[in-house]
Amino acid sequence: MKNLSTRVSNRAVALGILVVALLLAGVVSYYAASAPDGLTKVAQDQGFADTQTDHATDDGPFAGYGASFVDDDRLSGGLAGVVGVVVVLGLAGGLTMVLRRRTPEDADV
Amino acid sequence: MHVPDGFLDAPTSLATGALAVVAVGVSLRKARHELDDRTAPLAGLVAAFVFATQMITFPVAGGTSGHLLGGALAAVLVGPWTGVLATSVVFVVQCLLFADGGITALGTNITLMGVTTVAVGWLVFRALQVVLPRRTAMVPVAAGIGALLSVPVAALVFVLLYAVGGAADIPIDRLAGAMVGVHLLIGIGEGVITFLAVGSIIAVRPDLVYGARSVLKARTLEVRTTVPAA
Repeated sequence: MKNLSTRVSNRAVALGILVVALLLAGVVSYYAASAPDGLTKVAQDQGFADTQTDHATDDGPFAGYGASFVDDDRLSGGLAGVVGVVVVLGLAGGLTMVLRRRTPEDADV
Repeated sequence: MHVPDGFLDAPTSLATGALAVVAVGVSLRKARHELDDRTAPLAGLVAAFVFATQMITFPVAGGTSGHLLGGALAAVLVGPWTGVLATSVVFVVQCLLFADGGITALGTNITLMGVTTVAVGWLVFRALQVVLPRRTAMVPVAAGIGALLSVPVAALVFVLLYAVGGAADIPIDRLAGAMVGVHLLIGIGEGVITFLAVGSIIAVRPDLVYGARSVLKARTLEVRTTVPAA
């Protein structure tokens, strides 16, 4: 509304979110806390952690947020993070672009 | 809070699976009204951002860590129905590609971390919008409080599910105390991250934030009514 001419463009906002997401998943994730998460810790403390069974995709190339074909920890986790961001963006973005209401101008095309 | 395979029995997992399918199905229909050419591209990015942020586990007390769940964040940024879809995509990808969250628990995880956090986050957010001043600066505050509360509620829903179909016979009151306690702390992190993320978008483009629409609409009306007086 105000500052219509000088406001940050849609493209810049989109790019900003994407860059932050890629940096978080690709770089910062290496420094994330490695302690068990809330549920895992509670399961250990309450004595039902051992009821967990094997995951069917445990042998997948990116299982556990690492690229199994990359030796370096930092690269392996970073690559897995970037792949995850791209895959989620593709699936969720594709889904919502298909679902969106077209504006009349758009529908004419 | 990713629930692995084996924590809940088959009937409970089937029930949450059915619930997740219904929730996603309804959201597919309802999200259409939230998504236009302006918000649709943002929705995919918000899902990607939630995925990325979930990789950033932060330490909480007692040798435990937590991460953003993101339902409240997604609901405020792109709308609650779209929020269910965005978070569900995240949990599906985490489960299949990264082996995080059991395959038989996918419905449980969508129910807990997607549907529950979106519902609680959005309802608290809307309730706060009624009582707080109608200013865009209040939008991140309301979003943060909604996000904070959404995490312990999701933890409580897990306890309820465990009471119905948990694999081990453990005292439910002790489980409830432990789950809600640690997830209140994780909820503080959820609230801070949500406040910062929503605040960043509000600062540059409040019109892109779904949860700010009612505030901006009211502001436009205000301007119009003051024009004749001036």
